[in-house]
Amino acid sequence: MISPMSADVDKVFKALAAPERRLLLDRLRAQNGQSLGELCAHLDMSRQAVTKHLAVLEQATLVVPIWRGREKLHYLNPVPIHEIGERWIAKYERGRLRVLSELKKKLEGEENG
Amino acid sequence: MADSQFVYVTFIRTTPEKLWNALREPEFTRQYWVETTQESTWEAGATWLLLKPDGSVADSGEVVEIEPYKRLVLKWQNHMFPEMTAEGHSLLTYELEEKDDTVKLTVMHSMDKKESKLINAVSNGWPHILSSLKSLLETGESLEESRHWPKGL
Repeated sequence: MISPMSADVDKVFKALAAPERRLLLDRLRAQNGQSLGELCAHLDMSRQAVTKHLAVLEQATLVVPIWRGREKLHYLNPVPIHEIGERWIAKYERGRLRVLSELKKKLEGEENG
Repeated sequence: MADSQFVYVTFIRTTPEKLWNALREPEFTRQYWVETTQESTWEAGATWLLLKPDGSVADSGEVVEIEPYKRLVLKWQNHMFPEMTAEGHSLLTYELEEKDDTVKLTVMHSMDKKESKLINAVSNGWPHILSSLKSLLETGESLEESRHWPKGL
């Protein structure tokens, strides 16, 4: 059965399935609350492309726009990814996954973690 | 504009009335917000307290703005960690917006201080609390991980 939540989950996975959009999320993680101009400043993407990718991220509520006067600021919303984790990662697996992820980071070096 | 700010958005299949009550009333918060309760008369200017299960104060502040079922703004200062207490008041805003058969809940937590320790600490906590709140309202059960006050705190 397709649950009512499926449509939303589809949007999240679709939004995450593009390296450009994951890059935008990384940029917001590094500095939350950036304007379109700030996001474009250090990216090798056209303003139109960034606008389009942000719209997909907003549809999936991975990015939330907050207006400050006439300026639109973009914030990372960690809730949808957290909900995916809640759904597919059982509680007892969490500790083991954290240990594995720490081990991987140590072996590969932090920059790949 | 705040120097440190986090924003969380979740859609919950419920009504604005139920969500409004679940955000503030002890019988709900105990279930999804690590057994904590809140105390306030819920009027603008009133004192607001977030209490640990033993009754001591974890955070305190003031109701800044209150518009039932729509918007609640709180001043929020931590009292559990001296380095966070020293940062003074943060600002917490809840916005509720009915959309079809769901309510869009936006939670904004901000502080006028760059790299705020408080905002950094709560940024990890909110997704757990909010997904547990969603689960409680949609299924009648909160998530196990947020049902109990963390040991040793």
